[in-house]
Amino acid sequence: MSAFVLLTVMTALRILSRNRLRAGLTMLGIVIGVGAVIAMVSIGQGARAAVQAQVASMGTNVIVIMPGSTTVSGVRGGQGGAVTLTVNDAAEMKKRSPLLSDTAWAKRDVMQIVNGNRNWNGPVNGVSPSYLTIRDWSFSSGGSFTQSDMERAARVALIGQTTLENLFDPGEEAVGATIRIKNVPFQVIGVLAPKGQSAQGSDQDDVIFVPFTTAERKVFGSQFLGSVGALFASTEQRADLPEAVEHIREVLRARHRLQPDQADDFTVRTQVDIGKVQEGTSQTLTAMLFAIASVSLLVGGIGIMNILLVSVTERTKEIGVRMAVGAKRIHILTQFLIEAMTLSLFGGVIGVIVGVAGARLTTVIAGWPTIIAFESIATACVFSLGVGLFFGLYPANKAASLNPIDALRYE
Amino acid sequence: MAGLIVCQDVWKVYRVGDVEVQALRGINLTIERGEFVAVMGTSGSGKSTLMNLLGCLDQPTRGRYELDGLDVASAKPDLLAELRNRQIGFVFQNFNLIPRTSALENAQLPLFYRGVSMKEQRRRAAAALQRVGLAGREQHYPSQLSGGQQQRVAIARALVGAPSILFADEPTGNLDTASSREIMGILEELNRQDGITIILVTHEPDIAAYASRELIMKDGQIVQDARRTPRLSVVP
Repeated sequence: MSAFVLLTVMTALRILSRNRLRAGLTMLGIVIGVGAVIAMVSIGQGARAAVQAQVASMGTNVIVIMPGSTTVSGVRGGQGGAVTLTVNDAAEMKKRSPLLSDTAWAKRDVMQIVNGNRNWNGPVNGVSPSYLTIRDWSFSSGGSFTQSDMERAARVALIGQTTLENLFDPGEEAVGATIRIKNVPFQVIGVLAPKGQSAQGSDQDDVIFVPFTTAERKVFGSQFLGSVGALFASTEQRADLPEAVEHIREVLRARHRLQPDQADDFTVRTQVDIGKVQEGTSQTLTAMLFAIASVSLLVGGIGIMNILLVSVTERTKEIGVRMAVGAKRIHILTQFLIEAMTLSLFGGVIGVIVGVAGARLTTVIAGWPTIIAFESIATACVFSLGVGLFFGLYPANKAASLNPIDALRYE
Repeated sequence: MAGLIVCQDVWKVYRVGDVEVQALRGINLTIERGEFVAVMGTSGSGKSTLMNLLGCLDQPTRGRYELDGLDVASAKPDLLAELRNRQIGFVFQNFNLIPRTSALENAQLPLFYRGVSMKEQRRRAAAALQRVGLAGREQHYPSQLSGGQQQRVAIARALVGAPSILFADEPTGNLDTASSREIMGILEELNRQDGITIILVTHEPDIAAYASRELIMKDGQIVQDARRTPRLSVVP
């Protein structure tokens, strides 16, 4: 039987090569379908890897607590509008939940920063030193501020890459320089390593960090000392995140004296939640492209079926001859199925080449990251074989069901 | 001893719309191994139907047909295919070679469906082509061969599987006189030297003259069955 299959494959190749243009046009649907699948999976996976990298850039096992909205005289403020979170909340959280390895707090405001004759408007963040640890910030030069800088409200600053580029000439030494934030002089003690885009699409490198105490006393002029823009926490284990979130909610509800029927006046989100939202978006896109590719494969399959039906009619006499010399039903069936599968597999292989080229081109032209996965290539090949098998079955069965005499007499 | 082919009251009835066509009406026939039988008759006499039936391409509506002791009338399609493959060779009026396929591959075809190894297929097909005088033309396509040569490829294909019966349906119908004589010479030689039973359908008396037995059909029945000394193609 295997010799028969091998010879039939050779016969199929010869028959298809006799009619190259027809075979090519027949394969086109499969080529486009498979090409689209490969290209879109590559783009989708590239996008997903990029999103995962962005989510990872938040830090490790990070929990973000934002203040909720307030209602003043019936006017509801937006999310984050309330100033309900405080430094003491952070301390209490740390004390009450053993799962939290660290807590931090931050408050930000966009301000003008001046260095000599250059100026830049960027977000100034007053943070606790632990913030930089939780968010996994590293330094390209200099270093972080310390707990003692925090306690004495030292005028020291850390600047991000984007801020560096906008305030300093290329090659100019930033560490040790003095910049002014709202006319208050600060000494730059560290330059942060680049982090790139955040999961929300903002530039994480356009940033200045100063000690929290310095910010609230000397720059922001806070109304309530100790109120923060957001709290941060982290756990040792990723699996501890959901339980840690529950602990935090309990602590904060108790401290804010919320009744059981009152909603939280804060929101708690973890890095995992944020990642899921981003992945959901790319999955929707992938599903949509997959649907388009499936339609193309379906159309390609129908094309194969159509051309095989024509072929069965054209070659009725040949089928009759083959039957007369002893071909059984299964032989004729196999022959046409193999022809269908050869067509679709060839289409699939060409489609893979087109898809890979398309993905590469996307990277070169649009600059989108793409990842060509071996699994998607294997799946595409198996799938196109399946399309050939499925759509070849009807014409092949039609050929095999011919009556030998009628087939021989067919003109 | 029972004959190679034994037919008892074989009927073949077709239904075309509401009309019933009786193509064969009670055929009784025994053909022994090694015979050279010519079947004659006008068109519509049922000779092609009989040939299809004896060649296991078709089955009788009723009656018994045994080929080499095997009941063909009730055989399943795959068994019929098997019988055609091992016992029977066909030569048709219009050659029926597979186009754009070499003479060698055409001649290999019955062995291909028998599951013989590729090497063995090639060897036996080449020998069969040599036998019909086509050595050196193995790689020619049918379109590159003359009518007589194409028919010889068809004969090579029919005898490659060493069948016991060779059916020839108007084998010289599309050939000129010289080619016809060559083809009949080959058939006669296969019958004499190899003892292959040959059943020849023709309406030309001088072609039928090669046979040692002549059946004449009319309206689905055998009206005459005569044995006689065949005309020899080799004139001394």
